[in-house]
Amino acid sequence: MKVGVVRFPGSCDELDALGAASLVGEAVVLWHAEPDLRGVDVVVIPGGFSYGDYLRAGAIARFAPVMGPVARFARDGGPVLGICNGFQVLCEASLLPGALLANRHLRFRCRQVACLVDGPYTPFTRACARGQPLSMPIKHTTGRYHAPAPVLDEIEARGQVVLRYAPGANPNGSVRDIAGVCNADRNVFGLMPHPEHAVDALTGSSDGLCIFESLRQHVDGALAVA
Amino acid sequence: MAARHRDLGLTDAEYELICDRLGRQPNRVELAMFSLLWSEHCAYKHSRKLLGRLPTDGPGVVMGPGENAGAVDAGPGVVAAFKVESHNHPSAVEPFQGAATGVGGILRDVFAVGARPVAVLDSLRFGEPGASGRSRYLLDRAVAGIGHYGNSIGVPTVGGEVYFETPYEQSCLVNAMCLGLAPAGRLVRSAATGPGNAVVLMGASTGRDGIGGASVLASAELDEGDEAKRPSVQIGDPFEEKKLMECCLQLLEDGALIALQDLGAAGLTSSSAEMASKGGVGVDIDVARVPLREPGMEPFEVMISESQERMLAVVEPSRLERLVDVCATWEVGVAVVGEVTRTGRLRVLSSSEVVADVPVATLVDECPLYDLDPRPPPAPLYPPPAQTLEEDDPGAILLGLLSSPNLASRRPVFEQFDCLVQSRTVRRPAQADAAVLRLPDGGALAVSIDGNGRRVACDPHAGTMEAVFEAAANLACVGAEPLGLTNCLNFGNPEKPHIAWQLERSVAGLADACRTLGVPVVGGNVSLYNEGPDGPVYPTPVVGLVGRLPDAERAGRLGFAREGDAIAVAGRSSVPDLAGSELSKLRGEPLATRLARWDEDQVAGAIAAVREAVRAGALSSAHDIAEGGLATAVAECCLAGALGARIEAPPSQDPERNLFGEAPGRFVLSGPRATLEALRERLDVEVCGQVGGDRLTITMAPARIDLPLDSLREAHESGLSPLFR
Repeated sequence: MKVGVVRFPGSCDELDALGAASLVGEAVVLWHAEPDLRGVDVVVIPGGFSYGDYLRAGAIARFAPVMGPVARFARDGGPVLGICNGFQVLCEASLLPGALLANRHLRFRCRQVACLVDGPYTPFTRACARGQPLSMPIKHTTGRYHAPAPVLDEIEARGQVVLRYAPGANPNGSVRDIAGVCNADRNVFGLMPHPEHAVDALTGSSDGLCIFESLRQHVDGALAVA
Repeated sequence: MAARHRDLGLTDAEYELICDRLGRQPNRVELAMFSLLWSEHCAYKHSRKLLGRLPTDGPGVVMGPGENAGAVDAGPGVVAAFKVESHNHPSAVEPFQGAATGVGGILRDVFAVGARPVAVLDSLRFGEPGASGRSRYLLDRAVAGIGHYGNSIGVPTVGGEVYFETPYEQSCLVNAMCLGLAPAGRLVRSAATGPGNAVVLMGASTGRDGIGGASVLASAELDEGDEAKRPSVQIGDPFEEKKLMECCLQLLEDGALIALQDLGAAGLTSSSAEMASKGGVGVDIDVARVPLREPGMEPFEVMISESQERMLAVVEPSRLERLVDVCATWEVGVAVVGEVTRTGRLRVLSSSEVVADVPVATLVDECPLYDLDPRPPPAPLYPPPAQTLEEDDPGAILLGLLSSPNLASRRPVFEQFDCLVQSRTVRRPAQADAAVLRLPDGGALAVSIDGNGRRVACDPHAGTMEAVFEAAANLACVGAEPLGLTNCLNFGNPEKPHIAWQLERSVAGLADACRTLGVPVVGGNVSLYNEGPDGPVYPTPVVGLVGRLPDAERAGRLGFAREGDAIAVAGRSSVPDLAGSELSKLRGEPLATRLARWDEDQVAGAIAAVREAVRAGALSSAHDIAEGGLATAVAECCLAGALGARIEAPPSQDPERNLFGEAPGRFVLSGPRATLEALRERLDVEVCGQVGGDRLTITMAPARIDLPLDSLREAHESGLSPLFR
């Protein structure tokens, strides 16, 4: 498996994502200004403050030269994982439903949170069980998931809510405790918690590994079939 | 013209000396440049003589004081560069930008020497939050500013401290420390060399922000009308700095730069003059080539602007093309603004016109240094703190201490900072007494920042020694041995004899403590004139200590970890005392004029023994007994581990002193009973309790504390959280 991690000016967690992905496969950097995915099997849009988060978090990054090929890759069924700022970018690019708003308390918050896997039937969570608890950190100011009620009902009905904050652990006021959603085709997944910061018990938790392990199984399985 | 130098903060004698050295009167540009470089902030004219007393040598020192940051050997093939710096005066005027640019400045200092910033810590002081809306505002905005910059640039804020005392009401303190890592041999110095080489300005364009910050803000007391000084506060843009940092680190990796220097106080003037001075060369700067934010800027404005996110580099002409390419990749502005010369003079040109021409040595090295006139104050300098605690029952005292602003949980502050980006953070805030960052070789660095202004106010020499020993104790609790120290001396007006006395005694204490512990001082910063209409701040030396532990997996924790573990109190040779303690503060008692004496060598021995015990990996937890004494420390261990404890101490003639008194070199340890008892060979250890249950019970006849953990937690969490609603 070859994972490409996009690097925008202002990305902060790209090397962490690169390190996490390299635990399960090969990982390379995709430079924002080059419209070339270098033949990767998975694209990761990492956390940080792409282009300084000016205008609105993720609003400028969606126009980066690399994002055209990313959108085509996603339309063709390629797995795209957006973490934190990456989630915001994917919502801005309309590759995911909904939007991320300012945290209810309006402050940046960094803490370890308990999450529950709600949708195990995706390329990102196939190594997880439904209801499996995952301890991962969040760190953001703009992480309150929002969508109109009919959209929420629809994505819930379709099983697009992949990850929720555990009861009482919602750190930002996200509607229905939603921490991560996928698109209708289940090949684009965005989440506010940081799985790449939960791949080693020494630095807090290794629960996020299952997301990278799921991607490996998905890609290797597809290759085996092909 | 005659009075103009006074408006800029130069004395008549200093002005005459400048005229004498130049052989003429300085013109307007030159006068502006001298006023900044001869300010306290840049020239250390009241402190330089004292700082010579600090020990700066050691086998591990790679770069000592005088460079943008100090550096020490941190393990195989790795050096750690670090420095702490103040941004007090700007933060008192505009706390968000003041604190944000304080972080930005210290980050630049670290990547200027070629190290990648891997951690930020901060040390903050404000007035009493309960009594003062101004203090709540400063706290709220300064914390937001630190987070804004550090979070956005992808450097974790891994630790820090914040204390609240009335003397900081007008003059808050905002000190930021940065730690960086570099491959051994990669560090770069700031000396300009090679006449004919290009002087290149990288980063943001230059505007009118921060004109005269160093002289206007940092070198005079604050008073009424400070609102009018807001234009002197710089505005930070962490996105610009993020790009600049990545760009500079790549250029250094490519070996494209001969020298690098950040633009901080006094902007282009100080950076170019200091680079020329260190290299023994001259520099020509053409202000017409400096990219400007707005038209019509005067040459002196260009030379002293403190616009943020700019770096000055010396580059061989043959490398310019590569430099421009890398800057283009990172979308970083770049302009060749001058040239290294053989003249030994700093010449400022505006196209072809020479607008300033001064000897570098005069500008940088010939500012008169002043002797202090230290005199101990005949009467207390500070009024007693306001009384906020009346209880006598030990349980009620403990709850009062835990909920007091100085001891309450720091969670509402540190949760506003990203503490884990870059994937090195092994111990996050409140998990251990020091932050722990893993290294590629399996070892780890530990960092702590400490200072206690009230205790230094009681006794400047002993209080400063305590700060150093406290930092070393914090490192010991995670298993780390100190490698080097950086410090920031925050004091009032040194021209006043009593402040001079505080400063002189404090520096002596810092030197003595560093010698006893064998720790070199590799850099630091001095912030004077921290005074408002109500008087000076508490004398506040802040020390940042960096150490190494061999095995990251064995980094210590402060919280009790296992039901049934035994609890020991170590270091009983230090006798705790209520003089200068948090309890005496809450009771509104006048400041003590003397702190309890303690034996430096014994405390150093206790610290070493605890370090060894943690490294051996047999302890479940280690926590140093600091503010609030034994009872507070045990309660903190319970809260951090979510486990109760039962302590049976021997009867005491004075339980209040033994429960809440303070002294250096004492620890709460937990682990298997046999392990703790085996420590007796090296350490004065008393096994006196057991971990377990959901209550904290301390018996010290006739006193007894018996409280549910929930009550302790509620008290601890309630102290600061209402301030951030």
